[in-house]
Amino acid sequence: MNKLSIQADFDRRDFDWYLDKLMQVIVFLGGLSAIVFILGIFIFITKEGIAFIFDTMDPVEFFTSEYWYPADEDDPEYGILALIAGTASVTGLAMVVAIPFALGAAIYIGEFATGKTREFLKILVELLAAIPSVVWGFIGLSIMNPLIIKLFDVSVGLNVLNAGIILGLMAAPIMVSIAEDALKAVPDRYREAAEAMGATRWQVIYKTVLPAAKNGLLGAVLLGIGRAFGETMAVLMATGHSINLPTSIFDSVRALTATIAAELGETAVGSDHYNALFTIGIFLFAITFIINLSADLIVRGVRKG
Amino acid sequence: MNHIQNAATAHDEPVIQTRKLNLWYGDFQALYDINLNIRKGIITSLIGPSGCGKSTFLRSVNRINERLGYVRIEGSIDVMKQNVYAPEVELVQVRKQIGMVFQRPNPLPISIRDNVLFGHNLHNRDQKTSRSEQDDIMEAALRQVLLWDKVKDRLNHKGTSLSLEEQQKLCIARLIPVKPALLLMDEPCSALDPKGTEAVEELIWELRGDYSILIVTHNMAQARRASEECIFMLMGKVVEHTSTEQMFVTPKQQQTADYIEGRYG
Ligand SMILES: Nc1ncnc2c1ncn2[C@@H]1O[C@H](COP(=O)(O)OP(=O)(O)OP(=O)(O)O)[C@@H](O)[C@H]1O
Ligand SMILES: [Mg+2]
Repeated sequence: MNKLSIQADFDRRDFDWYLDKLMQVIVFLGGLSAIVFILGIFIFITKEGIAFIFDTMDPVEFFTSEYWYPADEDDPEYGILALIAGTASVTGLAMVVAIPFALGAAIYIGEFATGKTREFLKILVELLAAIPSVVWGFIGLSIMNPLIIKLFDVSVGLNVLNAGIILGLMAAPIMVSIAEDALKAVPDRYREAAEAMGATRWQVIYKTVLPAAKNGLLGAVLLGIGRAFGETMAVLMATGHSINLPTSIFDSVRALTATIAAELGETAVGSDHYNALFTIGIFLFAITFIINLSADLIVRGVRKG
Repeated sequence: MNHIQNAATAHDEPVIQTRKLNLWYGDFQALYDINLNIRKGIITSLIGPSGCGKSTFLRSVNRINERLGYVRIEGSIDVMKQNVYAPEVELVQVRKQIGMVFQRPNPLPISIRDNVLFGHNLHNRDQKTSRSEQDDIMEAALRQVLLWDKVKDRLNHKGTSLSLEEQQKLCIARLIPVKPALLLMDEPCSALDPKGTEAVEELIWELRGDYSILIVTHNMAQARRASEECIFMLMGKVVEHTSTEQMFVTPKQQQTADYIEGRYG
């Protein structure tokens, strides 16, 4: 057969073409589902909380009153200031614990450790991240509690200090991982250049590597805050769960998340109390969303240069 | 011919002297019995086919090779009569006195100003220099590399935002305030376009006399234009080391002649 007489069939669609299209659809649906879930959750929480926001809530009281007495039959009061203070104090202390610890670990793993040590440490960090939060809560309850009582001579060991340390340890692993990624993303040419100029190892790190990685490191800290902020079980167990505007790290407090976890099961669906808890949920959702979004944007900024 | 004769008497002292230098990457031997006397105050070029060990040799002079962790060295490298591999040697001092320019320009991701002053600030931590002194030092360095007029209005921009040619000039400028005696350059023009190459080459030529310069190049024409002595390496060994003119006109070794005429590498 003469090659010149072959007909063009550029519009032929074979099996691979259909497979390719099918895969595109499946992957698209997968991506879409993530958005659907997020929206779904948001809509559900809003739906449950919205009635309270419009009917019962006094926004000023909600954010400025330190009295959270939703169960009071005659005159319930819905003020989350003390809960915000509880969450903020515990999260703040957690960061004081976690930031030096996590940055130090990331610098050691990323810049100093080599070969086996490095792999071993990375696995260890991942294991640390995999410890269930109820176990952390248990440690807070049964190890930290008596320890704090003994060391500081206070009557209760379930307080900001206890929960802050526990949360700091919980948030540290993810911070280590992300901070280490940020350090690894710094091109080795920079280190080589600085070293060839006569910088010591430490000077290479703090004059070259850390400035170059600073956005990624900031992202790591923000994600750590997000992690600590959203944690529920461990803070429920380690804070003492009593409503308080803390004045020292030895005060017991109560966190926003723990309040929802502890009370939701005991309220009647559709009641004011129930709806108020969902309003706290909206608040939590908004804050974590902002924290994660800014972390994401900052880390993305690194990638772009 | 004349200036080489003069150079020979004025700069008889070697700036780099190696004795039986052998180097291994793990089990792989990359350098064999290198014995070189590289003279002070002139430009020496190092040529040879890809993989013959030019970068390896250069990088063992300021010991930057050691970053790898699996490099082993035997023999000695004396720089200005002191063995840089002696146990009492401080790496920071070695690198202060031996400047290096890399193949791919590698300014740091900090401002142009901070780039130029990076080495200066590292090595003058005891005597604090005032801001205006620093400005003078920076300006002088940038002027010397012919970059001042281009960057004087954007000293706070990142060094990495410059064009490749300007980056490479910046990388040379940051060495100047540290006042190294010896400059090592590993194919400093190979990432640049012809115009950039010419500009940087001209700059290197300007620096001659103030510094001893050892420059690796793949570019025969460049070696011939820009250097006074020339070393030809092949498979980890030094084949020939003579004046550039002699190497390109009447090479002693057949291998050198073959390489120069483009028969391999
Ligand atoms: N980091 C390394 N680890 C292992 N072997 C290496 C390493 N660097 C270089 N080598 C080997 O050592 C030999 C010399 O390499 P080197 O980079 O010094 O050559 P070169 O002359 O600079 O080549 P080019 O002209 O391509 O830059 C080569 O065989 C190379 O494969
Ligand atoms: Mg090379």
